[in-house]
Amino acid sequence: MKRFFKSINVRELLLPLGQLIMFSLGSAVVLSAIVLVLALMLDKTAIGMAVTERFNASLFTYTLINLPQVLIDGLTIGFVYAAVALGYTMVYGVLEFINFAHSEIFAVGAFVGVEILIALETAGVLSRVSLGMAFGILILAIFAGMFAAGALAVTVERVAYRPLRGAPRLVPLISAIGVSFLLQDLIRLVEGLTTGQFNRIFPTFGNFDERLIFGEVGLGATTITMGISIKSIIVIVGAVLMLVGLNYLVNATKVGKAIRAVAQDRPTASLMGIDVNRIISLTFLVGGLLGGAAGVLYALKFTRIDPFVGFFPGLKAFTAAVMGGIGNLTGALLGGIVLGMLETFAGSYMGVFTMGAAGTEYKDIFAFTILILVLIFRPQGLMGENVSQKA
Amino acid sequence: MAQFQLYFQKLQKNIHNGYWPYVATVAHALLGSILVYFSPRSTFAFLVLMTSFFSLYYLKANNRFKLITGIVLALIIIPVLGVRNIFYLEIIFQISVFAALALGLNIIVGFAGLLVLGYVAFYAVGAYLWGFFGSQQYFVMPYAPGTQPADLPFLLSGDMFYPFLLLAIIAAALTGILIGLPVMRLRGDYLAIVTLGFGEVIRVLANNLDKPLNFTNGPQGITPIQRPTLPGFVLDGFNGLFGGIVGHPVDQASLYNVMFYILALIIIITIVFVTKNLEDAKIGRAWAAIREDETAAVAMGIPIVKMKLMAFAIGASFAGAMGALVAASRTFVSPESFSFMQSIGVLSMVILGGLGSIPGVILGAATVTILNLQILQGFSLYLSQLRQSDAVIPIINFAWRDLSAQLDPAKYQRLLFGTILVLMMIFRPDGLIPAERRKRKMISETSEVEK
Repeated sequence: MKRFFKSINVRELLLPLGQLIMFSLGSAVVLSAIVLVLALMLDKTAIGMAVTERFNASLFTYTLINLPQVLIDGLTIGFVYAAVALGYTMVYGVLEFINFAHSEIFAVGAFVGVEILIALETAGVLSRVSLGMAFGILILAIFAGMFAAGALAVTVERVAYRPLRGAPRLVPLISAIGVSFLLQDLIRLVEGLTTGQFNRIFPTFGNFDERLIFGEVGLGATTITMGISIKSIIVIVGAVLMLVGLNYLVNATKVGKAIRAVAQDRPTASLMGIDVNRIISLTFLVGGLLGGAAGVLYALKFTRIDPFVGFFPGLKAFTAAVMGGIGNLTGALLGGIVLGMLETFAGSYMGVFTMGAAGTEYKDIFAFTILILVLIFRPQGLMGENVSQKA
Repeated sequence: MAQFQLYFQKLQKNIHNGYWPYVATVAHALLGSILVYFSPRSTFAFLVLMTSFFSLYYLKANNRFKLITGIVLALIIIPVLGVRNIFYLEIIFQISVFAALALGLNIIVGFAGLLVLGYVAFYAVGAYLWGFFGSQQYFVMPYAPGTQPADLPFLLSGDMFYPFLLLAIIAAALTGILIGLPVMRLRGDYLAIVTLGFGEVIRVLANNLDKPLNFTNGPQGITPIQRPTLPGFVLDGFNGLFGGIVGHPVDQASLYNVMFYILALIIIITIVFVTKNLEDAKIGRAWAAIREDETAAVAMGIPIVKMKLMAFAIGASFAGAMGALVAASRTFVSPESFSFMQSIGVLSMVILGGLGSIPGVILGAATVTILNLQILQGFSLYLSQLRQSDAVIPIINFAWRDLSAQLDPAKYQRLLFGTILVLMMIFRPDGLIPAERRKRKMISETSEVEK
């Protein structure tokens, strides 16, 4: 036992935790400051007047009061993005290839988890479980989603990517796009044949929908209760555990060393006795496991899933990976958190700041704008080293 | 079996000699026409007629004969048979629309080697351009969707469509340059994702620009959009000439379909002409150099950014023209016609036919469209018939009646596109009809091996 504890590299456990906290706090502080300054500046203009008329509070107070909720929401979705982004970034690091089908692997994870829960619900198990059991069942669903997604990721690699290794760059990418489309409709087909419907709802059980209330704040005539839902806590904790675990796997274990070696130089790694194919499969497996778990967590948070659920989270996670510097694990964490925050801030405040002309509906293209800006001004990402751009 | 093979080989050898190609082509086309004439709803008859274009393309005959037969087939036989059964004309029109789009995308992906995943954005630009100016939308602007008064005038007359066809080309080309400019430095896979993003941006804009000013009428889309006028004597002339064959008097709506089909054909011919000329011109060779090795191309002094932007602009402009044409033909545009799936559909046509190969891309467009509109639809129809019957799958004892009503093969286009992309990439990355340049390369490679 003592030897076991000795073999754990504490630094590699604490470092990512520290990074996560730093990234979250940093982006939260910066974005809040920007929004608050903007609110102060716009307070006396027509926009401020409109808000005062509607909520009977100045724009600044409105912004300030909504801020904690926005921060929590942003953090939650940010961690989900980070978990998915790790899948993209790991595969890119090892193969220099965008695994376009990762978004569908995420969706498959979500579907497997939700279907298991729905099956348990129809069997009548969910309605009479104790609180502890509810958490147990949720964890079971997460693990089921993880393993399904991991197995799928490995299969996809074996069938659709491995035969194309060594082909020109665009060939595996096109194949990946094909796999992504294929999987979307396969999910739809399987769901259509077995359940007859494509939209699945995450069943309500346990106390996941409850909110821990911190307090109430009056805003003119209405009062706003501030709190955090249990769901969000589960999502954040789950994602943090996964991120720390992955970081440990890659940076502090022998397998992780092999992964890093393959990412750095495949032929040399192979000369050192590393089974490159196995490591690549393993990379897909790990990415798939993370994606699947993120899928179930996403379903828990947003309740409704459909076969195309992976598309936008996938693209945003990719954006996050690029933003952080693709191929860089820490960068993916940073990118995910920053992107989630940015997006939630934009979704919550853009409508107010532009007097309703452009609101939440532009949330989805916000990520693309960031992606394009990052690629133009800092193609290596926030944390990536300056790699030479090969054609 | 061996005898059959021998016979087949002999046939293959002889079919290109003497008067055989002429006989075979004419017989094929005639057989197709007769089959379609007598059973207009049969997919088989349709395929026989459509494949006659390929015997026309493949068999060795002199060019004048090919040209004349092609013109007769495309401009007389197909419109007349199409008016007889309007569904047939609809499919032909769809094929020509997608063939034009695929040819445009082929310039960007096939020649310049830039993977673009948001190609329908350019198509949307053309469609919304004529959609906005060719409808009452200019006067609808102050109203929220669905609240405008009924008696608004049209901004322009329908005949302004023709200048707007040119404007659509220019607008789409400018959009192409605008989108291309910031992303030119990126390497292939990033470019793909960024163009995907741009495609989505255009769709989301079309969906949401109904406020503060109502430009696009939101998700409901713009309708009605005007069509150019069709002079009365054309209708009378068509009825007088072909009325007997068609079998029923042709109304204006059907003849409009013929007109748009012919316009689409003109655009396709223009694209093919431009593409053919560019392929071996300086630009085309520059594109090939960029596609094969960007670093080497820079070293040879090729202005990469300019050439890539040219590819973007030229490829985009055709989509713009097609967009305006489709907006006028459908009298309706809505954001959902410009989804990511459409982009991938066009890409799968190009990949199926062969990157950089003009006949291949046309074949790809025709195949995917027919699969999509006829085979999948037919399969859907068949399944719904089975559902209504009492039939049972024998071994597993499953009654067709219990099959989920959600299972509608016609809606599984993604499955079709995805399968095409994956299978083609794994088994035949050069496409069904590999491009000439690639074929040359393949031949030289194999001959080296033989040495």
